[in-house]
This record gives sequence, structure tokens and C-alpha cells, in this order.
Amino acid sequence: MSSTNEKDWPLWEIFIQSKRGLDHKHVGSLHAADAQMAIENARDVYTRRNEGNSIWAVLAENIHASRPEDQGAFFDPADDKVYRHPTFYPMPEGVKYI
Amino acid sequence: MSANKEETLFQQKVDAEQKIEPKDWMPDAYRRTLVRQISQHAHSEVVGMLPEGNWITRAPSLRRKTVLLAKVQDEAGHGLYLYSAAETLGVGRDELVDQLLTGKAKYSSIFNYPTITWADMGAIGWLVDGAAIMNQVMLCRTSYGPYARAMVRICKEESFHQRQGYEIMLVLSRGTPEQKAMAQDALDRWWWPSLMMFGPSDKDSTHSAQSMKWKIKRQSNDELRQTFIDRTVSQAEFLGLKIPDDKLKWNEETQHYDWGEIDWTEFFDVIKGNGPCNRERLAAKQKAHADGAWVREAAMAYAEKKAKRQAA
Ligand SMILES: [Fe+2]
Ligand SMILES: [Fe+2]
Repeated sequence: MSSTNEKDWPLWEIFIQSKRGLDHKHVGSLHAADAQMAIENARDVYTRRNEGNSIWAVLAENIHASRPEDQGAFFDPADDKVYRHPTFYPMPEGVKYI
Repeated sequence: MSANKEETLFQQKVDAEQKIEPKDWMPDAYRRTLVRQISQHAHSEVVGMLPEGNWITRAPSLRRKTVLLAKVQDEAGHGLYLYSAAETLGVGRDELVDQLLTGKAKYSSIFNYPTITWADMGAIGWLVDGAAIMNQVMLCRTSYGPYARAMVRICKEESFHQRQGYEIMLVLSRGTPEQKAMAQDALDRWWWPSLMMFGPSDKDSTHSAQSMKWKIKRQSNDELRQTFIDRTVSQAEFLGLKIPDDKLKWNEETQHYDWGEIDWTEFFDVIKGNGPCNRERLAAKQKAHADGAWVREAAMAYAEKKAKRQAA
């Protein structure tokens, strides 16, 4: 009855595009023997109500992530660059369409 | 950073309503509590398919059969979303399934009651899914990100479950005297177990205070139970059915219903494994798992063979 002596199906992360033109969004994961099964199972569990129009399945072990513990140092180069935002450049009254 | 400092930062994040994500530092007990709670919740969705699955072949019409099939399939999906959330905490699916199959893990006691008439499909959708929704709506705001996201997905699907159940009750209660009696009998049997679904009373609930501090739970068992009762009474009245509680009475002062007393000995007895269907449910899951073993193995062997052929 125990499943420990079986080889477990790998874990896949599932991304769904809800509509043409939108980006694929992470929705969760599932286990499947191969990519095709992952996509078919993702259809059955994550798009039962037309939530999707395209599915990506990625082996979970192939996803690399930034480390939350260095979040501060890692993202702070963006903190002091206000000139990257349009509000840094006040426009004189009367200038239009910019 | 010292564990103490980490813990303070963690609690600050929680207090500021920031979600905790899988790779964030978290207290061991927070992780353990979540694994226990989310996997119990997942097991409940999966075992919950059995009492309703019991009526799929005997649904009174094709429409009812289609609806019941869709609902039971949704519950399988809910189980998957929740296992998936639990796995982000570092436990394997096989481990969780083992805990269920060996009887080590708990699931909601409500599914240890039998479904003896068609009206039970109505009562379950209306009351059992209704009670589950109360809890699940609260959990959409739980502090652990993957759990909260799974709950949002689940809540979107649940309201059809409750409505299809209420519709069954409505049709029966407007039907022949026998049909109405069947609906009343189902309400009589499911009412108290549904109230028990919210868990022990706040004063006897061991994990509640800590779970509230960590914002895993956002409302207490008793609060949720009271809201459920307040909402359900008028629905029962509309059906012309009587809730089996002589003490049930509107209280002008508290603006809530007063009600009777839950039989907690029954509650703890069912949890301990002595409910009418505990053994049957576990046996059904064990059998399904054993019967599916060759499918899991064959799919894996086929995938490996295909991969080898592609590599060659
Ligand atoms: Fe569910
Ligand atoms: Fe449901």
C-alpha cells in the first residue's frame, strides 16, 4: 500500500494564459509522468471553467528562484533611480501629448 | 540572523498583512501547523468524494447525474490544489498520501456519515459545502500565500456546489409528502454534524490562539459557526423544513440566533475512528490506491521509454 517503493511521478509547475494577448500566470503544480500528461492533467484541474487558452508545464526542478533572504540587497539597485520614472520630469504648463 | 530576530521579523510581516511565501523564513511550528492543516484539508476534499460518489449511478435524472459528477470532479481538483500548496512547504505528495492511507492523518469527520437517501445529496451541498465555504472564505485571507491562492480558486467553484444542493432540497420540499419527509430526514441527520465541522468550541480548541496570531485563521470556530447558523435558518424556513434544534430562537439583544448544545462526545468519537463509515472510507481509499498502482508504474515506464527514444 505504501508508495515509497514506486518511482514517483515528477512535479510540474503549471502556467495558464487565460486569454490571447495576456501573459501566462502560475496557477499551481501537479505530478505527471511526462510533459504531455502534465498538460492534459492541467487542463482537467486548472481549466474546468474556460479559465485557460494555453498551458505551459515546467518541471519544478528546472525553476530557479531568487533568494528571499537577500531580497533587500538584490533589488536595491532600483531604489535610487527615480529618473527611470516619468514623474521625474515635470513638464511646463501648455506642453501637450507627452 | 538569530532565530529570535527572524521570528520578530516574521511576525511583523504577518501583522502588516504581507503574505508568507514558500522560501521565506518561518517558525518550524508555523510550517508544521500549515502542513497538518492543509493536508487534512486536502484529504477531506478527496475523502469527501466518496459519500457523493455513492449516488452518481443512482441520480434521479441525467441532469442531476451530470451536476453531481461535475461537483465530485471539482472536489478532486480541490484536493489537488491543496496538496500542491502543502508541497510548497517541503513535504512530498507520497508522504501525505501515505499518512492518509495508514490512518495517521485526519480528515473532516463529516465524511464518516453515510449517504442513505438522494436527499442527502441536497443536504450535503447545502449544509456541508455551505459550512466549508464559511471556513474557506476566511482562508482566502490566510497568511500563507500558496494556501490563500488555492482557497481563492476553490471558493470560486464552491458556490455552485451549495446552490445545486439547495436546489435539490427545494425540489424535494415542494414535492410529494414522501419527498418532503425525505428532505426533512436528511436535514435532521446532517444539521448537527455540519455544525461540528467548525471544530471544537473556542474554549476547548488547542491550536486556535496561535493560529490567530499567525493569521492562519482569521475568525474563531465559534464565530464562524454562529454566522453559519444565522444565515442558514431563513434558508430552511423557505424550504418549509424544521431545523432539529428546540432551543433555536432569534435573540433580539445579540442579533443572533440562540441555539442548543453540540454533542461533543459524538464529535470526538467520530474523530477517534468510531463513526459509522470511518473504516469503509479508509478501505475505499486504500483499494483505489492499490488498484491504481499498475497505472502509475506503466505511465512512468512509458514516459521513460519515450524519453530514451527521443534521446537516441
Ligand atoms: Fe471542495
Ligand atoms: Fe464543494
